[in-house]
Amino acid sequence: MLITRRADFSASHICAQPVLTPEQNAALYGPASNPSGHGHNYVLEVTLEGDPDPVTGMVFDLKKLKDLIQQTVIDPMDHRFLNYEVPPFDKIVPTTENVAAEIWRRLEPHFASGPARSNNVRLHNVRLYETDDLYVDYAGADAEVRG
Amino acid sequence: MRVTRRYRFAASHRLNSPTFSADENRALYGKCSNPYGHGHDYILDVMAEGPVDNASGQAIHIPTLDRLVREQVLNDFDHRYMNADLPEFQSLVPTSENIMRVIEDRLAARWPEAFPGSWPRLKGIRLRETKRNVFELRS
Repeated sequence: MLITRRADFSASHICAQPVLTPEQNAALYGPASNPSGHGHNYVLEVTLEGDPDPVTGMVFDLKKLKDLIQQTVIDPMDHRFLNYEVPPFDKIVPTTENVAAEIWRRLEPHFASGPARSNNVRLHNVRLYETDDLYVDYAGADAEVRG
Repeated sequence: MRVTRRYRFAASHRLNSPTFSADENRALYGKCSNPYGHGHDYILDVMAEGPVDNASGQAIHIPTLDRLVREQVLNDFDHRYMNADLPEFQSLVPTSENIMRVIEDRLAARWPEAFPGSWPRLKGIRLRETKRNVFELRS
């Protein structure tokens, strides 16, 4: 069974590579490369997979999931400039793809295959909306296609 | 990484097959077979998949996808009567199922030119005809 918790945060970013010229960055990222940055209201959907506990009837305590998302993602990223305030985005470009993968890396250790696991629940998918019209789905490095 | 991009177009259609009689069309398609057609605000989700490029941080170049969808789909579909204005629907009933097939064919036809190489790939499309009718095609 899949359960999904939604959360949102607002943050600013610049999508540009220091090794490229302003013209090259504009061709690659469009207005997202404007040098002073810009912001989005990100919407995050975290999906867990597991069987309901026979006693509690729950796959996972959604309050615990809410708190985990709050501590690992929302508190560090909300109302922040990702490039300047949230590592690793001082070193990698905070595209929607990279932000989604970073959120996965922050959440995944708390679930079934991770070292801090206290359950048999698996992190199934991270969906990150940058706008109403653009979202990415990331299901971990093992699920990634190879280039 | 899966990337989904949303587009919109407004178009009209009529569901009526020459294979069937007027009564049979009425029984099969209901009010969708009314003689002068009707329209919807369609929402089109295009799903693509690919590895994230280490340098750019992107799985797909969105402006390139936007241009492809605009040139192959939106320019021809938006504010048109599909039955009359689109060649595909001269011999095909523009149900949402068939509209998705046509859109997939149109995107696939120029996908390799827009995205040379193995990735990103077109993974599917989702078409929302109304709030209650949503169709999805996996490529």
